[in-house]
Amino acid sequence: MTVLEQPGSYRPTPPPAWQPRTDPAPLLPDAEPYRLLGTDAADGLDPELLRRLYGHLVRGRRYNTQATALTRQGRLAVYPSSTGQEACQVAAALVLEDRDWLFPSYRDTLAAVARGMDPVQALTLLRGDWHTGYDPHEHRVAPLCTPLATQLPHAVGLAHAARLKGDDVVALALVGDGGTSEGDFHEALNFAAVWRAPVVFLVQNNGFAISVPLAKQTAAPSLAHKAVGYGMPGRLVDGNDAPAVHEVLSEAVHRARAGGGPTLVEAVTYRIDAHTNADDATRYRTDVEVETWRAHDPIALLERELTRRKLLDESAIRAEADAAERMAADLRERMHQDPALDPMELFTHVYAEQTAQLREQAAQLRAELTAAGELPGPQAGGPQEGRQR
Amino acid sequence: MTTAPVDTGRKAASMAQALGRALRDAMADDPAVHVLGEDVGTLGGVFRITDGLAKEFGEDRCTDTPLAEAGILGTAVGMAMYGLRPVVEMQFDAFAYPAFEQLVSHVSRMRNRTRGALPMPITVRVPYGGGIGGVEHHSDSSEAYYLATPGLHVVAPATVADAYGLLRAAIASDDPVVFLEPKRLYWAKDDWDPEHPEQVPGIGRAVVRRPGTSATLITYGPSLPVCVEAARAAAAEGWDLEVVDLRSLVPFDEETVCASVRRTGRAVVVHESTGFGGPGGEIAARITERCFHHLEAPVLRVAGFDIPYPPPMLEKHHLPDVDRVLDAVARLQWESEWTSNEYESGAR
Repeated sequence: MTVLEQPGSYRPTPPPAWQPRTDPAPLLPDAEPYRLLGTDAADGLDPELLRRLYGHLVRGRRYNTQATALTRQGRLAVYPSSTGQEACQVAAALVLEDRDWLFPSYRDTLAAVARGMDPVQALTLLRGDWHTGYDPHEHRVAPLCTPLATQLPHAVGLAHAARLKGDDVVALALVGDGGTSEGDFHEALNFAAVWRAPVVFLVQNNGFAISVPLAKQTAAPSLAHKAVGYGMPGRLVDGNDAPAVHEVLSEAVHRARAGGGPTLVEAVTYRIDAHTNADDATRYRTDVEVETWRAHDPIALLERELTRRKLLDESAIRAEADAAERMAADLRERMHQDPALDPMELFTHVYAEQTAQLREQAAQLRAELTAAGELPGPQAGGPQEGRQR
Repeated sequence: MTTAPVDTGRKAASMAQALGRALRDAMADDPAVHVLGEDVGTLGGVFRITDGLAKEFGEDRCTDTPLAEAGILGTAVGMAMYGLRPVVEMQFDAFAYPAFEQLVSHVSRMRNRTRGALPMPITVRVPYGGGIGGVEHHSDSSEAYYLATPGLHVVAPATVADAYGLLRAAIASDDPVVFLEPKRLYWAKDDWDPEHPEQVPGIGRAVVRRPGTSATLITYGPSLPVCVEAARAAAAEGWDLEVVDLRSLVPFDEETVCASVRRTGRAVVVHESTGFGGPGGEIAARITERCFHHLEAPVLRVAGFDIPYPPPMLEKHHLPDVDRVLDAVARLQWESEWTSNEYESGAR
């Protein structure tokens, strides 16, 4: 049987014989977000996993505050913070194997960093010296995607291609609550379900699409419920409960890897910071609301659990904080160095082979730069390809 | 177009057959080549271009997708990221528009965004253009949208041999190619042997289809037969017209176009696409910038009117035809040449 052949092919039958193709009940999400922290089930959680998650969350929070600070210092053009969403970011990275692929949006640089990427490379897009600051093959992280939800069909296609080649690779794609309104969200989930592609879609429902609250975004019972319409399971999870997100995503990844097809996971979380440093969140939400969510902070929740089970003492907490400070200091120092820019690279990667038009335009820019004495590197003072100004 | 002379022993083949053969041969040569689109599998495509591919290579290689063009092209991006070489079929020109964001925001610039780490060897086949009596949304000439997008190659074959050769080249290219198939030429036959397809120049090379000395007709795709016919008719009027078939709009073969115009001194660009904002404006500007001192007359354009594509019973008024091309040729200020020739010969 080929990958695409499916048992029980659906053909409409005339009434009254019509019945649903699949039983929708098992696909439905739970009424309440799945939680582990603060429940009896938390006692059974692996201490090693909890400590690992904790370390990542602490460093992740520090990464967020450091990146935000870098915007004020003019070192980043913009930073869409994931403060408050660290549990989703970290869990998404940790549930994947090396051979798997992560498809992030612009708010998901932390997930890329948690997967092992150098933070400076992850922030290149936001610093503005190039679009994608890394080779996607190195950590199997697709380019940070700005047009909302357009990376989701890429994840489906990649996962499908891997399956066609016989590789047990899973793709995990990140999207926000606003992104679920995009047509590409719909098309990606539909293709994934029809092809039974090994993909996990993680919706970080952080409450707002810039300023627009979820109530203006959808009338669905939950975003996880949308899964049922595509014929895939939907899972609802507390996005600030790191072990819960980790467990739900792990299950979805295993299911995908085993040939069970895609899953839609909605993680309910909150964007503590404004949309970006350029946004003013006080125009659309109250401080009271933000404070309510601060009380449900992913780091504090996990720290409480670890201390309760005596898996973390004061010195361990301090050690994690120190590690985070060292990471931030290193990031700060490296981001305060001006990136090397080569204007001539503008023409290098447009086509495999430069067109005559681009060669001409490159020569023009080179001549302009030479005349201005701004051509960096060994080319400066070299033979001129165009007329000098 | 010519039909096959009986005595060559070669078969007359249609452009549709050549395109199908190109897909088949590409799939046979390279297991990374995958065809996907609406109705391309069981049905063989609404124009039957992909007929037989699903049977020969299986549904995993020639896949009927859900009806969603952004999804088709978007998943093709992911497949290309994993080392496949997708060939997607957009069923009709105007049905390709839902895929526009994927094309512009990802396919065209993925190589650039990633400093070459993620090339996009994707071929987007678009049956395009009018003249088939189609109702609305079935006859657009959408090339101007594509050629305004850096990172894409835009190819339009006009002969059976080119249909095969250029499609093979498009699939083999490591860059994304929008492959515009002139659907009214699908059934035009030519002397072409599928078992021994002739080599044609690669993407980016224009070809002089008819040499001439009086003026140059510059065209591509469905307007090539119109221009060749116009050149034949013009001979009766004493004009010896050269016909240049661009074959690809991007890369644009300025060298061949300018060499021709420098020889003839006059040029008319012919295409179905609208005149305002259409390819002809860019081509005319380039000729003017580079060949100004060789020009005896302004570069003229014969294009579709600046209107939404007309209903089928009115499309004949919209499409460039032989008469309209000849009218343009007549407006190339022949009087001034007569005057200058007379002047140079010392008659005045």
